[in-house]
Amino acid sequence: MIPAAFDYAAPETVADALAALADSDDAKVLAGGQSLLPILRMRLNAPEKIVDLGKIAELRGIREDGDAIVIGAMTAYADILTDPLVAEHAALLKAAIETVADPQIRHRGTIGGALVHADPAGDVGAPVLALDAELVIAGPGGERTVAAADFFEDLFTTAVGEDELLTAIRIPKHTGWGAAYEKFVRVAHQWSIVAVAATVRMDGDAIAEARVGLTNMGSTPLRATATEAALAGSAGTAQGIAHACGLAAEGTSPPSDLNGDADYRRHLAGVLTRRAVLSAVGR
Amino acid sequence: MTRITVTVDGDRYTDDIEPRMLLVQYLRESLGKVGTVIGCDTSNCGACTVHLDGRSVKSCNVLAVQADGRDVTTIEGLAQDGELHPMQRAFHENHALQCGFCTPGMIMQGIDILIDHPEPTEEQIRHGLEGNLCRCTGYHNIVKAVAAAAKAPNAAALSSSAAGA
Repeated sequence: MIPAAFDYAAPETVADALAALADSDDAKVLAGGQSLLPILRMRLNAPEKIVDLGKIAELRGIREDGDAIVIGAMTAYADILTDPLVAEHAALLKAAIETVADPQIRHRGTIGGALVHADPAGDVGAPVLALDAELVIAGPGGERTVAAADFFEDLFTTAVGEDELLTAIRIPKHTGWGAAYEKFVRVAHQWSIVAVAATVRMDGDAIAEARVGLTNMGSTPLRATATEAALAGSAGTAQGIAHACGLAAEGTSPPSDLNGDADYRRHLAGVLTRRAVLSAVGR
Repeated sequence: MTRITVTVDGDRYTDDIEPRMLLVQYLRESLGKVGTVIGCDTSNCGACTVHLDGRSVKSCNVLAVQADGRDVTTIEGLAQDGELHPMQRAFHENHALQCGFCTPGMIMQGIDILIDHPEPTEEQIRHGLEGNLCRCTGYHNIVKAVAAAAKAPNAAALSSSAAGA
């Protein structure tokens, strides 16, 4: 199918993009388009105006900034996967993005587009949340920074307002942390039924710190806080890890659908968390 | 209408198009390059795969206006002077098609795999074809063909002349 007709703007600066957004009551932002175009084609949405960020060079690229790396919102998945800074300082993000869709979609899809789309079954929310990232948002009143914990508000809803743009993702360096993303799907190229993003800082054989993000265990990405607390400062025994990971679904409210009911997802969360943590600690 | 200038298979085109026009529609309906086919129209099947600035994309999931100022290569741009691209020849020699509908996308994605993996393992080939569906389920010979093409010189190049065919 073909999208309904829309007005089109392709600004070359963030300032011009914000002006184009301010100009319409019913505008949608086009990043890589890998989620938005299917929605437009199926006519699930028919905005009056599309503001395409594809020509804004300042929104692309990955750089180091002190104790963080900063990823431009329009950076494509494929460019994140080959970036040495990401591999060194945010291995969890790389592990999660490797599982997104397929190569063609990873060439076009962007980290910022996925975060603002905020599909709870999408794979970038959980690692961004687990890595305690900060999201940089530009709007008519200037720039503001929102912690990932406050960014995801509900299904397909984030802190980014109608007249604002996500411009960058700032990720504190997790240098030397082990990382793994365990994604459960029935067939290739499927949205996560449940997935778990785990990253761990070791101190010898013991676990110094752990961060665990959950995909599709609620209307937003979630942290497995009980698991994190049980792992932090623990000896890292197989038994201790198994116990801690059994707590992963605490406080979650997973959906029930044709891929599995809520209880099944809670079970999956425990199993996948254990696999992810064991893999992150190198076992 | 929005004006775009785009290079397709080495030729430069300037056209006024509706912003909602998909790249695959532009290729097929405006330029007559019907070698790129529409399979599922939902971005699942990969039959419409082309290269945009040298990397594979699903052309049903890109607006033509997003290709403005950029370089597109379709299945029709691979063969030069009647000489098949190494990937095309490998598909022919390995009988890597049954009904043939997925073939343009498979060939374009097969070339893309070789950009990342000049000497791909079978697993890398199968993962690289994750976004391309063959409803005849003839994957085995497709994987064989990509592996065979990898042995040809410069099979990751986007035209058979550049590949030295």
